[in-house]
Amino acid sequence: MTVMEQRGAYRPTPPPAWQPRTDPAPLLPDALPHRVLGTGTAARVDPDLLRRLYTELVRGRRYNTQATALTKQGRLAVYPSSTGQEACEVAAALVLEERDWLFPSYRDTLAAVARGLDPVQALTLLRGDWHTGYDPRELRIAPLCTPLATQLPHAVGLAHAARLKGDDVVALALVGDGGTSEGDFHEALNFAAVWQAPVVFLVQNNGFAISVPLDKQTAAPSLAHKAVGYGMPGRLVDGNDAAAVHEVLSDAVRHARAGGGPTLVEAVTYRIEAHTNADDATRYRGDSEVETWRAHDPIVLLEKELTERGLLDEEGILAAREAAETMAADLRARMNQDPVLDPMDLFAHVYAEPTPQLREQEARLRAELAAEADTDTAAGFEPEGGGR
Amino acid sequence: MTTVALKPATMAQALTRALRDAMAADPSVHVMGEDVGTLGGVFRVTDGLAKEFGEDRCTDTPLAEAGILGTAVGMAMYGLRPVVEMQFDAFAYPAFEQLISHVARMRNRTRGAMPLPLTIRVPYGGGIGGVEHHSDSSEAYYMATPGLHVVTPATVADAYGLLRASIASDDPVVFLEPKRLYWSKDSWNPDEPRSVEPIGRAVVRRPGRSATLITYGPSVPVCLEAAEAARTEGWDLEVVDLRSLVPFDDETVAASVRRTGRAVVVHESGGYGGPGGEIAARVSERCFHHLEAPVLRVAGFDIPYPPPMLERHHLPGVDRILDAVARLQWEADN
Repeated sequence: MTVMEQRGAYRPTPPPAWQPRTDPAPLLPDALPHRVLGTGTAARVDPDLLRRLYTELVRGRRYNTQATALTKQGRLAVYPSSTGQEACEVAAALVLEERDWLFPSYRDTLAAVARGLDPVQALTLLRGDWHTGYDPRELRIAPLCTPLATQLPHAVGLAHAARLKGDDVVALALVGDGGTSEGDFHEALNFAAVWQAPVVFLVQNNGFAISVPLDKQTAAPSLAHKAVGYGMPGRLVDGNDAAAVHEVLSDAVRHARAGGGPTLVEAVTYRIEAHTNADDATRYRGDSEVETWRAHDPIVLLEKELTERGLLDEEGILAAREAAETMAADLRARMNQDPVLDPMDLFAHVYAEPTPQLREQEARLRAELAAEADTDTAAGFEPEGGGR
Repeated sequence: MTTVALKPATMAQALTRALRDAMAADPSVHVMGEDVGTLGGVFRVTDGLAKEFGEDRCTDTPLAEAGILGTAVGMAMYGLRPVVEMQFDAFAYPAFEQLISHVARMRNRTRGAMPLPLTIRVPYGGGIGGVEHHSDSSEAYYMATPGLHVVTPATVADAYGLLRASIASDDPVVFLEPKRLYWSKDSWNPDEPRSVEPIGRAVVRRPGRSATLITYGPSVPVCLEAAEAARTEGWDLEVVDLRSLVPFDDETVAASVRRTGRAVVVHESGGYGGPGGEIAARVSERCFHHLEAPVLRVAGFDIPYPPPMLERHHLPGVDRILDAVARLQWEADN
């Protein structure tokens, strides 16, 4: 009897009858990360999917470099780049059906954009004009989550609710290696397994939680091993191999949609840039380590596979780059416009109906703005763009 | 034919009835928490719901408050109306990150696109001889978090009416249940049409002219008792039951204090940084020229909740309230 077959039969009984469960093998991840590119398995993958992944990877990389540049220009307060991790981001977005939900963390703007979110709307949190610049229900992308792992129980609850309503919706939740140490990670996985919720957890293990390396984060053989204790399968995948991440996530999504319950997927990848522009990565890691990972770049891996098999030529590469440049130029142009903000929005969305206390404060701000406008006019100043 | 005698009901029964009626009226209402299913809750407030509506609608969850509230957030995101039970006041603390970082601000951070209609039931307060971590008055933490409504009934009828209103609200409501009033009875007929009390309105429980006692939840019956006792001193005390801490009913409170000219705020939770400071400030700002004496507070001491054998010294009782009222008189005379 496998562990999954034993599920539900477990009740603690007094010794000596009590026997520990002895066959955890079906839940244990493989010892080495699953790979597709550069192996015989790659021939099975639909060439159109590979080309689509490639285009999105190139666009995603360009998005990362453009957003980082916007940070240096002061247009973004901060940008946590996912350069090096694009395969995870893109695969996460592409495995989902339209009706499914994505639960990203703050580093996962790229996954949201690859799912179809307007590149500018994906950045409002980091630009500082509003926390979430989009309606989460439109594309079924939850707000980019800043506290660590707290979005995971939301994904579980949403997937559970969908199943209660009879909808075959899957939720895919993204979390980093550091996030797996949080209590909410544990509670989310436990709830998901007990409820057999149709949810997939993707851990992007990029080596560091800001500066703390994985071996100071966990003593587990892999983060995928953590699945075993919850009673769900754990899968280990090469996070720089876009085809492999897509394949493993597709399996997990299919499994969840068919009523098989949750899966924990660990993608082993690397954060090439610092945590954010506020971080100095040279204090905790050496150049040679970064260079080793650069040689295992997700775009290079996929480009090699595609060109060797004659699925991509120079023209195709240029076309992908041009599409990425077009996106970057558009992003640049739109991000260089000052956002138009209405200060009265401060009170608009605290409650369905503002409390009497908020109405008083709203009136006060309105009076302050009117007084400011009068002063500006009297002094011959034009009010600054937007704003009032 | 026999007429059914009008039976007194307890607050716990009224809460159960409110949950049952809400679940019957709206299939999106889901009750969840530790022990709420088969057991019917440790206070039996969810008694019978799992049997009547099934375990999918009244769910025993794993024992994890952050997980209970966090999954409820996701359920609300998908269009359900979860009603979460936190079992005991101090057990809710692991869920505070979910409460503060997500529940309270989901509407705000999505610019109104994603409101969270969920109700968090928290049995709170002392006076039942509970051991450590079973008697906290945690309302100040909730009040300090924008985006939450904070409601607490003191009567059987309000328990029903306010819980129905909370579940119907499109915003998250922290519904504080004064656990020592669970077994208080009232002549409330659960089979009569039941009124739903809008959130945010205080009520004058007892009219009076000498001074106003401003209170809520478990301290309401204590204040009413104090008001009765005060009659022998010739004092005619008005008792205002706030019912809702957020939003706060400034109008009812200020109107009362303007009539009486004196006010005492009474609550169980500690005074420093407690609700009474906020309430006293609001009263002072609005009624300064009507006040004959400073607004006083009768609160629990600023200590971690004491062991049960000492709790009677900590909880505001009739004598401590009357002593405060006496000090109001003294201030007026000198």
